[in-house]
Amino acid sequence: MMHSKWIETIVGAFVALGLGALLVLTLRISNLSLAGFGADSTYEIRAMFDNIGGLKVRSPVKMAGVTVGRVNAIEFDSKSYTAVAIIQIDKQYTQIPTDTGANVYTAGLLGEQYISLAPGGSEEFLKGGDVITDTQSAVVFEQVIGQFLYGKAAESGGDKDSKE
Amino acid sequence: MSALRALGRAGLSFFERLGRGHIFLLYTLGGLPATLYRWRLLTSQVFALGVLSLVIIAVSGLFVGMVLGLQGYNTLVDFGAEESLGILLALSLVRELGPVVSALLFAGRAGSALTAEIGLMKTTEQLAAMEMMAVDPLHRVVAPRLLAGILAMPLLAAIFSAVGVYGGYFVGVGLLGVDEGAFWSQMQSAVDFHDDILNGVIKSFVFGIAVTWIAVFEGYDTAPTSAGISRATTRTVVNSSLAVLGLDFVLTALMFD
Repeated sequence: MMHSKWIETIVGAFVALGLGALLVLTLRISNLSLAGFGADSTYEIRAMFDNIGGLKVRSPVKMAGVTVGRVNAIEFDSKSYTAVAIIQIDKQYTQIPTDTGANVYTAGLLGEQYISLAPGGSEEFLKGGDVITDTQSAVVFEQVIGQFLYGKAAESGGDKDSKE
Repeated sequence: MSALRALGRAGLSFFERLGRGHIFLLYTLGGLPATLYRWRLLTSQVFALGVLSLVIIAVSGLFVGMVLGLQGYNTLVDFGAEESLGILLALSLVRELGPVVSALLFAGRAGSALTAEIGLMKTTEQLAAMEMMAVDPLHRVVAPRLLAGILAMPLLAAIFSAVGVYGGYFVGVGLLGVDEGAFWSQMQSAVDFHDDILNGVIKSFVFGIAVTWIAVFEGYDTAPTSAGISRATTRTVVNSSLAVLGLDFVLTALMFD
């Protein structure tokens, strides 16, 4: 009798340990802690971009480098031909001015892309459902190279003209 | 001609065993509700299969994590991306190494013991004696062991992964000087609960079913001699390891397309 109680206690500790390890994996290693905000502790705003580049669902949204929310969904608006990023902002950051700008930046040269919010000067703050229209598209590498080459070509062509 | 006949015989006996295994599983599953009432049987089996495997699982997890940390750092530091060590560690442990390696260890540590135990019960006619007393050995002996194995496997895999991540953390952050904040934050932004952790748990659950099923069936189906038990034990380890690796490929292809 004593023996079986002993075994039960150890088995209980084992199960608790296993579940504890799962909990560690969930909270410490995965991003569930931020995803777990749910609808209660976040509010939703939208941002229209001409081009979102490599932005993905769950990409971070940062203000001054601090993650204040995440991209919840990305849709295509077939009327204005723009991409709509639906962003969930943590409720503790309610004081974001209405004329805030949104840019798609890349972390490092090859890193993941994120939305950076640049606060404006308005006295009024964004509420749930508001739309940010002052946006800057993602920099597409091919375009930059293309523009650079085009500029070079125009430059050298101009030189020729002046010589003649 | 005789070679062809031997091939046919081998094929037939393979499918016959496969069929017996499934009928065996079906009967055993019928005994699961009764097992839940007699949970003492279950706890003693969880003790034998889970708790006694804990040490080898935890130590292996620690060393696998530490080796991953060391090797990953050496490669990543060339690209100046040593902060990504956390991602490498967490994803490879949670998705693959945790479920697979712990299932292989479980097959060697607990599966072989299960087969030998049930095989010896059969050889010494304990199972036949139970049947004489109108006690169904499939329900009384096999069902609690099957359920205990299925329950213990995901817990052991979770412990393996968690210990492994901390082993890699110890080597990467503690010894090699990776930035602690970047280590955790990059890991957290890259690992998803549903896609990675939940899929890892599902994998280890499936492996638990496969390994324990093979182990109890090989034990129950053993030839009742000492040589038969030794063959059955070997077959358990070989077959369940192969099953785990094969299933891992199928599950990975289904989960992470």
